[in-house]
Order: sequence, then structure tokens, then C-alpha cells
Amino acid sequence: MTGTLQLHTRALSRRNFLITVGGVGIAVAFGGLPQDASGASVVPAVEGSYRPNAWLSIAADGTVTIMSPASEMGQGIMTTLPLLIAEDMDADWGKVRVVQAPSDAETYGNPGFYGVQLTGGSESTRGYYTMLRLVGAQTRKVILARAAAMLNVPVSELTTQPNRVVHAPSGRSLDYGEVAAAGAIPDPLPQATDADLKPRDQWRYIGNLTVPRVDVPSKVDGTAIFGIDVQLPDMLYGAVLRAPVQGEQPETIDDAEARAVPGITHIVPLPYGVGIIGETVEATKRAKDLLEITWTTSSRIRNYNSDRLLEAYRSVGRDLAQTGVSAATEGGAQTAISTAATVIEVDYMSDHVHHATMEPMNATALVTGDTVEVWAPTQGPTGTQAFAAEVAGTTPDKVKVNTTLLGGGFGRKAEADFIIDAVSLAKAVQGRPVKVIWSREDDVRHGKYRPLEAQRLQVGLDADGNIVGWRHRIVADSIFARTMPEQFESEGGHDSVVTEGAHFNYAVPAHQVEYIRQDNGLDVGFWFAVGVGYTRFGIECVIDEIATATGVDPLALRLGLLKDQPRARKVIETVAQMAEWDRQRDGRALGIAYSDAFGSHCAEIAEVSLDRATGEIRVHTVWCAVDPGTAVQPRNIEALMITGITNGASHALFEQINIVDGEVQESNFDTYRVIRMSEAPEIKVTVTPTPGNPIGGIGQVGLPPIGPAIANAVARLTGGVRLRHYPFLPERVLEALNA
Amino acid sequence: MTAFTINGRAVDLAAEPDIPLLWVIREHLKLTGTKFGCGIAQCGACTVHVNGEPTRSCVTLLQDVAGRQVTTIEGLAPDTSHPLQQAWIAEQVPQCGYCQSGQIMQAAALLNSNPNPSREQIVEHMDGNICRCGTYVRIISAIQRAAREA
Repeated sequence: MTGTLQLHTRALSRRNFLITVGGVGIAVAFGGLPQDASGASVVPAVEGSYRPNAWLSIAADGTVTIMSPASEMGQGIMTTLPLLIAEDMDADWGKVRVVQAPSDAETYGNPGFYGVQLTGGSESTRGYYTMLRLVGAQTRKVILARAAAMLNVPVSELTTQPNRVVHAPSGRSLDYGEVAAAGAIPDPLPQATDADLKPRDQWRYIGNLTVPRVDVPSKVDGTAIFGIDVQLPDMLYGAVLRAPVQGEQPETIDDAEARAVPGITHIVPLPYGVGIIGETVEATKRAKDLLEITWTTSSRIRNYNSDRLLEAYRSVGRDLAQTGVSAATEGGAQTAISTAATVIEVDYMSDHVHHATMEPMNATALVTGDTVEVWAPTQGPTGTQAFAAEVAGTTPDKVKVNTTLLGGGFGRKAEADFIIDAVSLAKAVQGRPVKVIWSREDDVRHGKYRPLEAQRLQVGLDADGNIVGWRHRIVADSIFARTMPEQFESEGGHDSVVTEGAHFNYAVPAHQVEYIRQDNGLDVGFWFAVGVGYTRFGIECVIDEIATATGVDPLALRLGLLKDQPRARKVIETVAQMAEWDRQRDGRALGIAYSDAFGSHCAEIAEVSLDRATGEIRVHTVWCAVDPGTAVQPRNIEALMITGITNGASHALFEQINIVDGEVQESNFDTYRVIRMSEAPEIKVTVTPTPGNPIGGIGQVGLPPIGPAIANAVARLTGGVRLRHYPFLPERVLEALNA
Repeated sequence: MTAFTINGRAVDLAAEPDIPLLWVIREHLKLTGTKFGCGIAQCGACTVHVNGEPTRSCVTLLQDVAGRQVTTIEGLAPDTSHPLQQAWIAEQVPQCGYCQSGQIMQAAALLNSNPNPSREQIVEHMDGNICRCGTYVRIISAIQRAAREA
């Protein structure tokens, strides 16, 4: 099992015809009990409830139960997506219950993201937006048609208020529950098109600042159910001792002492480690510590040394003869640079970083014959079906995935290694569920880190300081080569997620982006904002370096490069006002950065100070302005900007995975440092929506600008000292100060 | 057998006395609101009260709580009525929410001993609790709100 994360992409036609089957038949097809936001089980279709389509049901008391198709990992998606249906069906949000959708890509796959159930890429709201609004609009038309028959009036005389059909001429009205109780689907079935969507000036919920998240109450009283919280009858516990170096296997296993631990039932050799099954979690942990394993020593990862490799990557970036794969080319950048009056040439680098989700990797599985049931905090139910089927020797349609709440995801829980653990062990004890919980040490040492990365930026300026050519060379291992090999191949060896963000909306006459792939074998993965997290570090710092070289204010330089980008200018001007950009601070300085990644515009300004004796940077306040087009949940967008900024500052200042001879040196929060409350900045966010523009992503939008904003602030504070290597560890800052 | 009180209920457990209280609470008593985060008292996700004191249950052994009163998030207040829980909802603090039981239990101990903490006192008291979603600024606002409205 190589652990590839094939998405099983398929052609997906956008469905205008959304209603599938009426009545309770479809609910039976779901089987089992889906979980609602609080984790409590709900009966999918009570007797007499009305299910106009696969997305919702309406009970006789007016309760509207709506499916949430995406994984809730903190981004608020189980509020945002059901809200879109509620808006256009004119539901009463106070009567809406949200249920996590079952694993069924055909019905619940993201039409904008490979057609599968995979939450990532800041693609959920963007991908589902139109379809779910159409589901709502069509549902409303079904309700209206049914109500017209009940009241014996033409549909054209009916309007709706939340959860109520109104016939103004007669003063009569029907609650949605009353219509639902009457049951039948109208024939012919009303269909919805974009023309049926509720006009913006009639929106009740989209853009509403007062709609709270549905998951929040369960997260303050302990009732929220994450993957690790799953409890099942006859459940066993599992632990896995993994090889210390990726790719090694157990050579000899002495499990005599481990087996002797009371409560241990099975020791299961695996291709990548040794599994333990027992009656209690403490027994499995104890037995794991008592295993005596010798490991193979043949893995190429034993040659992996992150420090040395990063130096090598930098050299590759500088060696212009190595051209790699062209990721984007506009105009003749190389020619323009070769004839430029001035050329700015710099390297930016970033170390491996780890997700360290607060909920460590875990999953629960039950294998019975050729059927598998999985309970897991997964970002990818569809991929989980495929991997579980492969391990269990069955087919994906025989695998049912119950997606729980995720205690953080950030890309780590799009992987399948923790799923494979659970299914592998459950296969050994057919008929009994096994819950596998990783230790934090396992979680940190066996991550899917963001790739080690070096980038070379070359910018040519003419005699007046105008940019004439921009060349951006990105040197890193590939994520897609492992996780989506078909896509990687089809793009000719270009990894578009590793280079993501290198393409920008600044007006430059010639722009060339190259990807020079390295292949050192380590499994690297999707980390919060993925490539954008470092490409914008390089770009936004270089913009400031150009400003310094040409004697222009960095904010003015950006506005000049974005002349034809009113939305970009608006967020930059807004954040400048918020931060009072022109006001001098004693002992502190401001730095700015901007990003148009993920289809949203975001500008951030950081106010920093620096202890020149220790090299420690302090980020005091961050201001942020963001324009996602339509802001479905503005208050939640503010929260997600806070998350991106805080997490982004954490990775820019502290986070670092070091690998020596293939062994990860960090193991827990004592060695993998993440930001704490005393280090977190104050954050002020302004959401400046521009509805009518295509809806942008949000989940990862806040992260990319904060690192360069900090670095740019340090440069302005120190008369030009540049920090070009994530993270800005104190020793690196001192080295830069003393250079 | 180890006897203690949890959320006002007397329990007497046959589990081995040297196992972490965290796993007793989560997997023996099935009170899963208390979370496993690190196992070495570095993140605070497992925080409970033992005789009113905020305590990292991942490094506290079952035998250490014999005869004592343990309170978890489930026992903090009936019907989510604790001022901190209400403030957490009003400020919409949780994102993924995994660390928030520990945050609230840690904060509750602060308000018990200091009903009107300054911002600095809040930060000092809460600094051992990691939130990977970076909700720190809203946590501070919520504690200030709870202190104000309690």
C-alpha cells in the first residue's frame, strides 16, 4: 500500500435537474443513522416526513433537515452550505437541522472539485454554491406547486415567507410542515434555473451577520463528536508502531512481552509497522512500548537530510540552466531581464512544516465479510471508500464512511494512512470495530509535511524602475506525483498545487514561472494554503525589495501594479486606512502584503517590533481586509481570517520539521513549537464583499499574506534587513541583522 | 478499585491505578468532551478540574484522584449555562472546537479565583492551552465578556 490518494475523478455534468426520488425510499437507501451537528443520531426519515430531494427532508412539524456534504474541520462549512439551500427554499433557519451527508459522491460530490467528496482547496463554497442554491429554489417550487393544489389556487398567486406559503388574495397560508404532511411530489416536477434564484436584495441569510454557526453550541459543552470520540458496541482499540524511517519494514518482531500485557488480543504485522489490538486503549499503548522490532535499513529516505537538501534546492534555483517545467509564461521574461537596467535576484526558502491538528490522527473501522464501515475525521470520504476497499479486498461501494467532526484538518486529514491503519486492524478481527488512535509523537514524526522549498526570483527593472520582466523558479518535491499521479502526468510534470500562487494579478509585461521538481522520496502533502503559503512569501517580499530599490512606498507600488484591479485596490486601501499606514510608530514598523489567491482578494498589514539582542520578533497587531465576492457568512469569514493570520504567523515565526538521516527530530508540542496566546497578535478584520463577482474561496485566504507582511515590517524597522527563510527563528534573525 | 467523584457522581473503577485519568474519563466513563492532544501536558486539551484546580488529565494518574472530586466539561454547568459557555457562543469562539473544552475548563478556574482578570492575567493563565485554529483573540474576548456578564 503506497498511500496514494487517488481522487477517482470522473466527468461530472452539472445537474440542473436536481430532484432524485421522492418519499422515504431514498432515506432507506442511505441506511444507518447519519449524525447531526452535535453528534447525536437522528432518524433519517421519520414516518410521514417529506423528502422532496436527496438534500433535505421536511417533517410535519416544519423541521427542515438539510444534508451538509463537506467535512467540518473548523471552517464552518456545515453552516455555510445548508444555509444556501435554506436561503432559496425560504426555510426558517431556526427550524433547520443539519445532518452530515453519507459517503455518496454521486449525490453529494463537489461539482466544482472533481465531483467527489473531498474538502480542501478552499473549494467547498465555491464549488457547491450554485448547485445548492438551485436545490433550494427547486425545493421551493415543489412546495409551491403542492400548496397550489392544496389551496386550489394558481401558483402565480403564491409567495413565501420563512417556512410558510402565503396566498395573499384569500389571506390563507400553509406552513411548510403542513405541505410536507400532504406528501406527494408534483407531476410534472418543477425545475429550477438561475432565473429562479432569490434576488440579492431579498436574501435573508446570505451575508447576514447574525446567523450563528450550527456546530458552536456542541463545541462548548463536550457533546460534539470528533473521530476520536466514536464509541461503538464491542469496540476494540488499536495502536500502530510505525517504522522510524519512511519506507522501512519490520524485519524481526519480538512481541512476547507485548502479547503478555493483559487485554491484548492481537499483534498484526503490517507492511509499514506493527499493529496491536486490545480491549483497552491503555493496554495497546503499553504493549506498543514493549514491542521489540528490528527494521529494514534499505529505504532511500535514510539519505534524507532536510538542511542539506534545502541548500541543494537553493543551488538548483540559482542554476538557470535547469529550466524544469514551465508553469506559466507571458511575454519574454528572460529576454526582458537580460536587457534590464537593474535586476533584482533573490532566494526565498521555507522549511518543512507539520499540520499538528489538535485531534491526532485516528479512525474506527468495522469489517464484516465484504462490507466495511468507517468512522473517521476525514477530509476525503470518497478517497476513504477507495482505500478502505483496497485494504479490505472489496469494492468502494461496499464501504460506508461516517464523517465525524474534524479536530482540525489543514490538509493532513485528506490523507489515508490513518484510515488504512483502522481497516487493516479491523480486518484481523472481523465483526468487531477497532478504534486506532495515534500518539502525538506518531502524529508529528509521521506527518505529510509541506514540501521543503527554495525559490529563485529574478525581476528586471528599466531605468525608471518599472518592472520589465519577472521570473520565478520554484524548486521542491511534488505533492501531486504521489497523491494525484494522473493529474501530475497530464500536466506534463507540473505540480500546480506546489506552484500555486506564483501566478498573480500584478501588471507585469513578461512573467515566467518554472517548476523544477526534486524527487527525494519523502511523502510531502497539502499544508494550509499549500504552495501559496510560500510563493506569496517570495512575491510579496520581492515587491517590497523593488519598492526599496526604486524609492517607492510599497503600498503605492502595489496600487500602481494593480491599476486595473479595483477590488484589489479596495482591500489595500481599506487595510491601509485601518492600520493608519502613514503614521510612524516608536520602535515598531508596519509591513504590508496582498494576495489574490483562491479567488479572493486579501490585504494584511502587520505591526511588529524586534528585540535586537535576542532576534525575537513580536507581532503586535494585524489588520486585514478581504473581498470574497459574495460573503455568505461574514462573521465566520472574520473568524477564518483570524485563523489564517494566527496560524500563518505561527508558521512564519516558529514552525519547522527537521529530518536527519530520514528521522524526524521533532515529536510533540515541546519540540514542534506553535504559536500560543501570549505570542498571538491582536487582529482586526474588515470584510468588503462585492456580490455579483464570482464567489471566492475563504478557508486558506488569510494565511499567505501574513508571513511577508511580517518580513516586510522587519525590513522597514531595520533599514532593510531581509528575512528570506521560513521560519524566522531568532538565530536566523540575528544572522540577518549581523550580515 | 479506585473510588472518586466525577461530575458529582461517585464511581469506583477496577481499572489499573497507574493509567492516565484522561483515558479513564474518555474510554472507561465515555465522557469524551475531555480531549487527548499531546499526552505530556503541553497543550491543555485534556484540562479538567480536580478539587477545583485546573489539571492536565493526560499526566494525572487514576490513583492520584482517589477520593477527590473531578469535574469535566460535561459537569461544568447544567444546560450549557456557565457564563463562559454562553460567552463562547456569543463570541462564536470555536472553529474546529477540539481544544475548547480544555480552554473553557482552564478559563473557569481563572474566573473562580479571579472574577475580573485583566487581559494580561488572562493571557498568563491561558498560555498553556494551544488552539491550532488560532482562536486566541476570541477566547480573550469571551473570557472578558463572561467576567463582565457573570
